Amino acid sequence: MSVAFLIEQLLNGVQFGVMLFLMAAGLTLVFGVMGLINLAHGSLFMLGAFFCSWIAGITGSFWLGLGGGFLAAAAAGALIEMLVIRRLYDRDHLDQVLATFALILIFSELVRWVFGDQPLYLDIPPLLSGALPLPGGGGYPVYRFAIILAGLATALGLYLLIAKTRLGMRIRAGESDREMIGALGVDIRTLYTAVFALGAALAGFAGGMVGALQSVQVGMGEPVLILAFVVIVIGGIGSVKGALIGSVLVGLTDTLGRVFLPQVFKLVLPASEATAVGSALASVAIYLLMAVILAWRPKGLFPVNA
Amino acid sequence: MPAFLASVSSREGMVNAVLAGLLLAAPLIAFTLDEPFYISLATRVAILALAGVGLNLALGYGGMVSFGHAAFFGLGGYVAGIAAFHAFDGSDFIVWPLTLGGTDQLLIIWPLTVLVVAVVAFAIGVISLRTSGVYFIMITLAFAQMIYYLAISIPTYGGEDGLAIYLRNQLPLGDSNDPLTFFFVCYGMLLLALFVSSRLVASPFGVALQCARMNEVRLATMGIAPFPVKLTAFVISGVITGIAGALFADLNGFVGPSMLSWHRSGEIMIFVILGGVGRLFGPLAGAALFILLESLIGGMTDRWQLFLGAILLGVVLFARGGLIGLLAGRARHD
Repeated sequence: MSVAFLIEQLLNGVQFGVMLFLMAAGLTLVFGVMGLINLAHGSLFMLGAFFCSWIAGITGSFWLGLGGGFLAAAAAGALIEMLVIRRLYDRDHLDQVLATFALILIFSELVRWVFGDQPLYLDIPPLLSGALPLPGGGGYPVYRFAIILAGLATALGLYLLIAKTRLGMRIRAGESDREMIGALGVDIRTLYTAVFALGAALAGFAGGMVGALQSVQVGMGEPVLILAFVVIVIGGIGSVKGALIGSVLVGLTDTLGRVFLPQVFKLVLPASEATAVGSALASVAIYLLMAVILAWRPKGLFPVNA
Repeated sequence: MPAFLASVSSREGMVNAVLAGLLLAAPLIAFTLDEPFYISLATRVAILALAGVGLNLALGYGGMVSFGHAAFFGLGGYVAGIAAFHAFDGSDFIVWPLTLGGTDQLLIIWPLTVLVVAVVAFAIGVISLRTSGVYFIMITLAFAQMIYYLAISIPTYGGEDGLAIYLRNQLPLGDSNDPLTFFFVCYGMLLLALFVSSRLVASPFGVALQCARMNEVRLATMGIAPFPVKLTAFVISGVITGIAGALFADLNGFVGPSMLSWHRSGEIMIFVILGGVGRLFGPLAGAALFILLESLIGGMTDRWQLFLGAILLGVVLFARGGLIGLLAGRARHD
């Protein structure tokens, strides 16, 4: 096992984590500010991916597609917030789960209706194709590296937005006491729509970028959704910092577990069984991580309002 | 009116009796019309309603929103599947320290299911009940996902492909392969679970459980520790759902990881919410409506998920309190 291989896998883990962060950031903001569990967040991820590859297919430009996916997800987010989500804020979590589950069904079927049953494919833009050399030989795809940079830039942007701007101040105020900022004259309905659309746009952005790495199909959002939930629970619900650290932790655990656990089992088991057992345990690893963290700190690593 | 219907308001009791009667009548009519498909559909409703009755005990009465009940459902299924698998090829399940073969006797499989699910539910409950709210939702999901991936990783029992049950497990009296007989078995189990639930909820234990949902501190002040009460309810809830899983595996002649997936947890939760959270017959109403809609709309259009989604959304937004709430008015308490 070479150094280059190790670095490559570490980078893969970080890339996966950063992608999860884009999903988790929106979820955790929406939960922190509005107290809403949004299962349909994965559908917004899927919408972003579909619009990105559709627009890229028509115009031939990946960048237009990415922008389109971002905007389409934001628009869809704003739309469902105004039509449906808004009515759920003062309901309990159960109603929210059921309503957003219904939205998943509706979105999946609509997307299948509009774009057809066949998966779409998206090419990596020429600017980002090729590989970066790694120390110790081998190379790492530029595109994956770009995703890491884009994710980190988004994290920084989100931090600046929340810590330094007026909108961010209102978001933080909304997290601590929503009645009070309403009483102080902030238009809370518009604020909620904006936060929801922001979360949706991040999910759409993640979907668009991932569209070039995997096939774009209905149902692609759900595995990511579950992982994003794991991330925000590990990080502490409502905490963007927790979401970032949680995502990288989950990304690394998952990727490194998948690579190294089968190899560890090969020491004691025959090769075919070792692969099966190792990869299954690798899938369990994230949930094990989460259970251990929650048993140790029942409100996550960075509890909000603790 | 049977005693266990009288624990609710008379109007709700009527609705409950009608629901139970309809579910009993449907397969009988299907039998006279020689439509075996509808017998199996009614059996599905009975089994999934049973799973919902289990979840309702934790979620509805105890306020423990478990997003991991598929773990118990699937485990029940795997107990039935693995027992049948070893009985079918004559191999042993355990060889050491004692030899334990498979069995195709339901009267052995069911107690075994209760035992296995109770142990697992206890372990999951002890850890999960340290958390509350959304964290509880997610940690129960995490445990269910662990068991899901564990099932995938065991190639002996089919791994990702699951396990076929070639011959339905047997009853000492009556032929479980006969669709109508098997329906009665499932229906009987459902009524039994409803009866047990209604007795539990009305007992001092049930009152403590509901108090734990509404105000844990107050319960503790009155000298009852909430944790053991909730844990007991969680285990009983898991066991009922596990029995439903064992029946489901026998109905389909198949058990696979899909029985353990989070979709299944979500579906069971939907039965409960759709029917009415914390209403005795809520899960039955919810499961019946969901499965009817699925098969009705599914028969008319390929786009059935769209309409199902729209209907679900309509129920949440405009019919609070679920179907039972709509038919029988709001619950007396809360």
